[in-house]
Amino acid sequence: MRFEAPRSVEEAVTALAGQTGAHVLAGGTDLLVKLRAEMIEPELIVDIKRIAGMRDVVAEDGGWRIGAAVSGAEMGEHAGLCADWPGVVEAVGLIGSTQVQGRATLAGNLCNASPAADSVPAMVAAGAVVRVVGPKGTRDVAVIDIPKAPGKTTLAAGEFIASVFLPARGARSGDAYLRFIPRTEMDIAVVGCGIALSLDAAGRVAAARVSLGAVGPKVMLVDAAAEAIQGRVLDEAALADLAAVCSAAATPIDDKRGTVDFRRHVSGVLARRAAVIAEARAKGEQA
Amino acid sequence: MSRIHVTTTVNGDATEFLCDAEATLLDVLRDELGLTGTKEGCGTGDCGACSVTVDGRLVCSCLMLGAEAEGREITTIEGMAAGDTLHPLQQKFIEMAALQCGICTPGILVAAKSLLERNPDPSEEEVRYWLAGNLCRCTGYDKIIRAVMETAADMRRAS
Repeated sequence: MRFEAPRSVEEAVTALAGQTGAHVLAGGTDLLVKLRAEMIEPELIVDIKRIAGMRDVVAEDGGWRIGAAVSGAEMGEHAGLCADWPGVVEAVGLIGSTQVQGRATLAGNLCNASPAADSVPAMVAAGAVVRVVGPKGTRDVAVIDIPKAPGKTTLAAGEFIASVFLPARGARSGDAYLRFIPRTEMDIAVVGCGIALSLDAAGRVAAARVSLGAVGPKVMLVDAAAEAIQGRVLDEAALADLAAVCSAAATPIDDKRGTVDFRRHVSGVLARRAAVIAEARAKGEQA
Repeated sequence: MSRIHVTTTVNGDATEFLCDAEATLLDVLRDELGLTGTKEGCGTGDCGACSVTVDGRLVCSCLMLGAEAEGREITTIEGMAAGDTLHPLQQKFIEMAALQCGICTPGILVAAKSLLERNPDPSEEEVRYWLAGNLCRCTGYDKIIRAVMETAADMRRAS
């Protein structure tokens, strides 16, 4: 195995293009585990952390561009990100321990392509777009279009994610992410739910994006859930409808962490709770 | 296969080493640099026994390649005491018997020091969450948590 730490995107693309069995290294919290377990035996590791911009959070068009190597801990310490997208910041903050937070990244969580990845439903709800670089140039791709199947992404050979863009939050808007785990820390989501919504001047839902994780082979954007609350005040009836739609949309499996019935039920419970938090944030009532 | 030449700083000292591309920072610390205070527990980032700081950030050294250390500042448990003078956390862990077999202790000390540098007055809940990635199979954690809380209180009084 060889190790390279290129200084530019172009150098990284060249290195990856010339080598089959190459892997990109950002935070390494998944990659090194796979390396040790011999799930992968790369010919080449390309560390992207020395590339300019990869460790930066930059304001752009009212939103934020987050370099692919920015860690969860760095996101949690960024006042602007915490103010605009607290749901995304909280979601990435749920991944692993303090030590893991020191290295783990949004882009890595996405590319690991676990159906239970915590930050991914939050990014999908936020309408995040990743910038993909590769031998054929640069393209922007919605986060929802990156996961293909458990452990598989739609990235082509030689491509990697250079940054994640979180759009402008917008007026009267808020987001939230909740997951269920049977303990309080250091666990993998049994169900995860992300919601981003905007309210109109009368407090009705003007627009919403609702996502579910860990209840299907990949993250789901539940359009029917957004439609269920569109134009409505989030009263008990609206929340009950939201929960019912999310429970119906979930397509989970039975495994050691939860049953189909439990996961369907919890999908609805988390959706209604996340909606209440997102609504409070949209009204400026909760940070 | 040529080995990679890395220039870095370990516990304040300029350090050079050669490592294979596959070698983790933990491998390098223990096997190349002889700094065996950093322990290998799980090797998969779950137990925190290999905790060190890199540019001031707490990480698992088993989840980082040695080659990534180029130009970074690494601090290990060996950098915690000032000569023969133990760090207040080390002293308190001894006084309060916050260890049994000791395998997890270096990682917990490094992690707790990192916490107190950021937050000199943590709540018990904050200490427990911060140390959630440091597993101890002997003590049941209460003595560890109490020792960290007591040290924080002592250090606040002293400052």
